[in-house]
Amino acid sequence: MSPHPSFRRRGLLLGLGATFALGRARLAFAQAPGERRLVVILLRGAMDGLFVVQPYADPGLAALRAPLVLPEPGREGGLLDLGGRFGLHPRFSHLHALFTAGQASLLHAVAGPYRSRSHFEAQDLLESGNPQRLTSGWLNRALQGLPAAQQTGAGMAIGTGVPLLLRGAVPVGSYAPGEVESPAPDLMYRLAGLHQADPKLHQAFAEGMRSRGFTSQTLGAPDQDRERGSFPRLALAAGKLLAEARGPRVAALELGGWDTHVQQAGRLRGPIAALDDGLARLQEGLGEAWARTAVLVVTEFGRTARVNGNAGTDHGTAGVAFLVGGAVAGGRVLADWPGLGTEALLENRDLRPTRDLRSLAKGLLRDHLRLPAAAVARAFPDSPEVPPLGGLVHA
Amino acid sequence: MRGCMSVQGQIAAIRFGLGLRLGESPPAEPRAWLLEQLEKPAPGPEGAPIADAMAIRIAFQQARRPRDPVGDRAATQAALIDFMQAEIRAQTERRLTTGQPFRERLVDFWMNHFTVSRRDGNVSLLIGDFERRAIRPHLTGPFEAMVLAVARHPAMLFYLNNTASVGPDSPAGQRIRRGLNENLAREILELHTLSPAGGYTQGDVQELARILTGWSVNNARPPHDFQFRPAAHEPGPKRLLGQRFAEGEAGGEAALRVLARHPATARHLAVKLARHFVADTPPPAAVSALERVLRESDCDLGAASRALVQLPEAWDPPLTKFRTPSDYTLAAGRALGLTGTQGDLVRNGMGQLAQPLWTAPQPNGWPDRAAEWATPEALMRRVDWAYRLAGRFARADLAAVTEAALGPFARAETVAEMRRAGSTRDALTLLLASPEFMHR
Repeated sequence: MSPHPSFRRRGLLLGLGATFALGRARLAFAQAPGERRLVVILLRGAMDGLFVVQPYADPGLAALRAPLVLPEPGREGGLLDLGGRFGLHPRFSHLHALFTAGQASLLHAVAGPYRSRSHFEAQDLLESGNPQRLTSGWLNRALQGLPAAQQTGAGMAIGTGVPLLLRGAVPVGSYAPGEVESPAPDLMYRLAGLHQADPKLHQAFAEGMRSRGFTSQTLGAPDQDRERGSFPRLALAAGKLLAEARGPRVAALELGGWDTHVQQAGRLRGPIAALDDGLARLQEGLGEAWARTAVLVVTEFGRTARVNGNAGTDHGTAGVAFLVGGAVAGGRVLADWPGLGTEALLENRDLRPTRDLRSLAKGLLRDHLRLPAAAVARAFPDSPEVPPLGGLVHA
Repeated sequence: MRGCMSVQGQIAAIRFGLGLRLGESPPAEPRAWLLEQLEKPAPGPEGAPIADAMAIRIAFQQARRPRDPVGDRAATQAALIDFMQAEIRAQTERRLTTGQPFRERLVDFWMNHFTVSRRDGNVSLLIGDFERRAIRPHLTGPFEAMVLAVARHPAMLFYLNNTASVGPDSPAGQRIRRGLNENLAREILELHTLSPAGGYTQGDVQELARILTGWSVNNARPPHDFQFRPAAHEPGPKRLLGQRFAEGEAGGEAALRVLARHPATARHLAVKLARHFVADTPPPAAVSALERVLRESDCDLGAASRALVQLPEAWDPPLTKFRTPSDYTLAAGRALGLTGTQGDLVRNGMGQLAQPLWTAPQPNGWPDRAAEWATPEALMRRVDWAYRLAGRFARADLAAVTEAALGPFARAETVAEMRRAGSTRDALTLLLASPEFMHR
C-alpha cells in the first residue's frame, strides 16, 4: 500500500497560503523584542495527532483506525477542511477560523528527538529541549537571551505549578486564579474505575461524578461542558497578563486529559473543547497584543497509528503541533508527510516523524522573539543538525 | 518481596499513625515501635504560655467593648491573627514531621473527645494551650487527671460557659441575680464521661452544675488561668448519682474523679477508642477487651493505649476506616514530605474538605464514621484537592511517594493506572485519590 501520490513529495506545503517558502528573507521592520509575546501550551498525556488533524486523503488511514475516522469535510459531523488533504476535528471551530484567517499553522508528523514512549520521560525531554534530561527548561534558557533588565518577570507559568519548561536560572512568575483547576474527565473516569472495587465508596463516588455533570461512568461520554471550565479561564487570565504593558512576555500553560487509551472519540471531546475555547479566550485576553503573539501548542508524543482494542490508541511517536497567533504566517499545514502505509510507519506502529519539534521552537525564538543565535543555541544545546525553521511568523 | 512484617509495619504507620513520611521505612517491629511511643514520649511542643493568649484576648475585647474602648481595633486583630497562624502552623508542622505519630493520633483523639471549638466562645487563642496542658501531659496517665485538667482549662470553661455559671444561693448569685449554666455539667456527663448509657438524670446534670459553680477563669490578673471563685460557688453539699459531695472546690474534684472512674465511662471510652482505631462498628471482642482493661485500671489511659496496640482486631488488613479529612490531608502531606510553610497546603486542605482545624461544629466533636464523611461531594473534593496538591509536585519521585503512602497496600490496579497516567501530576492524583489511600 503506497500513500497517495501527492503525499509522497517530501517538503510539500499544504494549505491556503500559497506564497510561503522556506528560507525566505526575514526581518523587514525592527520591532522591540519586548512587544512580542510567546505562549507555549503543553498538552500532557500525548494528544493523538492523527485524530485531531486527520489526513483524510491518505488511503492508509481507514485501514489503521476506521473507528476513529471522522466523516470527510462537508458531510454531517465531518472534519473541517484544511486545504484538501487534512481535516481538523469539528470541535476545533475557533482554531479553524484562525486557520482560515491566516493566523494558524498546523504541523504534522512532528516529534522531539527522543523515542521514549514514557509520558514522564518524554515530557521531561520535551520541556528540557534536549535528548537527555536537563534540570532547566528551554523556555527559561531562552529568556536568558533577553536583555538583562528584561529577564526577570518576562516569564510566567499559568497554573498551580511551574513546569520544567520554565524552570531555570531566570526567575519566573506563576499565577493561578483560585480554585479553577480540576482534573480532566479521563482522570475522573480512571478514578471511578479504581473505586468500583471498593464496596463502600463506589456508589458515593459515582454519585459525586453524576452530580458534577458526568453522564456515565463507563461509556466514556463526558459532559462536554465539564472540561471547558478551568482551562479557558486560565487562558483568559494568561492573555490579560500578557496584554499588560509591564506584564510577562512569555507564558506557559498546561492542559491534560489527552491520554486516551479507551473510548478515545468520546473522551477527547472535553479536552478538545477546552483547548479550542482556551485559544479563543487567550486571544480575547490579549486584545490588541494578539497581533504580536505566537502560541505554540505541543504534546510529548503522538499515539499509535492503529486503533487499539478499546477504541483508543496507545503511546506512539510523531503527532501534531499547532502554531497560532496574530504574528503567525498561518493558513497552512506544514507536513513532510511520511504516509500511513505499513512500510512507512515507524516500527510498523507509529506515524514516522519527519520534522523535529526543536526546529519549530528554534524558529520562534529566532524570528519571533528575535533572539541572537547564541541564545537559541543555549536554549537547545548541541543540536546544530536541527536548524531553526524559518518563515513561521510574519517579519 | 515484601513480607508479612512490612504489612504489619505499614498498618502500624497507617492505622495507628499518620502514614509514613517520604523516605521513611515502616517500623521493623511494629508493636514495639508503638509501645515505645507510649513509654518514651518526645518532648512536648513549646508554645506561648496561656498568659500571652489571654493578654491578646483581653486586648482584643477591650478594643471592642461598647463603652470606653481601649486600644486599636486593627492592631489587636492583627495580633490575634498572627498568634493563631503560629499556633496552627505549629500544630500542622508537628503532625507532618513527628516520629511519634501514634502519640499525635492519641492527642487528636482526646482533643476531639474533649472538643473545644473555634466556632464558639472566643476560645480560638486558647486551644493550643489546651492541647499542650490539658491533653498532652495526661495521654498515658489516669483518665481522671485529664478530666480534671480539661475542666480547669480556660478554653473549656469559656467554651461550655462555666465561667457564666453562678450558684443561685452564692453571694454572687444573690447579688447579680444570675444562676446556673448547665452546659459544661451536661457535656461532662454525656460526652466526656458516662454517656447517656450511664443512666444519669436531669437532676444529676443540675447537681453537677451546682458542684462546678465557681470553676472559672481569672480575667483580672495574669496569668489569667483557672480560678476557683468561692463567691460564685453554690453553698452546701450536693448529691450526684446518689453520692454526696462536699461544698467547695474539693467537692468538684471528687465528683469528677468518680465520673472519670465510673464503669459506664470505661464502657464509653472503650467503644470510642475501638471505633476510632479499629472499625466504625467495633468488634465486640475489641470493645470488651478495652473495657476490661479500663475498669481494672480505674481508667488508666496508658493501660488502654497499650491494650489498643495488643488488640488482634487492630492488625487485620484490609484498611477499612475511612480517613477523616484531617488524617487524609496529613497522610498525603507526609507521603509527599511537606515541611515548613508547605504545611499550609494541608491546613487549607482540611478546610476545603470541611474539617478545618479546631472548628468542630458542636461539643460532640467531629464524627468518626465513614457514613458522615464519605459523601459524594466530599469524595469529589478530595479528588480536586489531590489534583491541586499534585500540581505542585510535578517532580515527585512516584515510586517513593507510593511506597510511603501505601507500601504493600497499593493495589495493582492503582499502580497500573499510575503507570498509564499522562503526567506525574495525574499519577499522584490517582494515588492520593485512590480508594485505598482514603482508608487507614
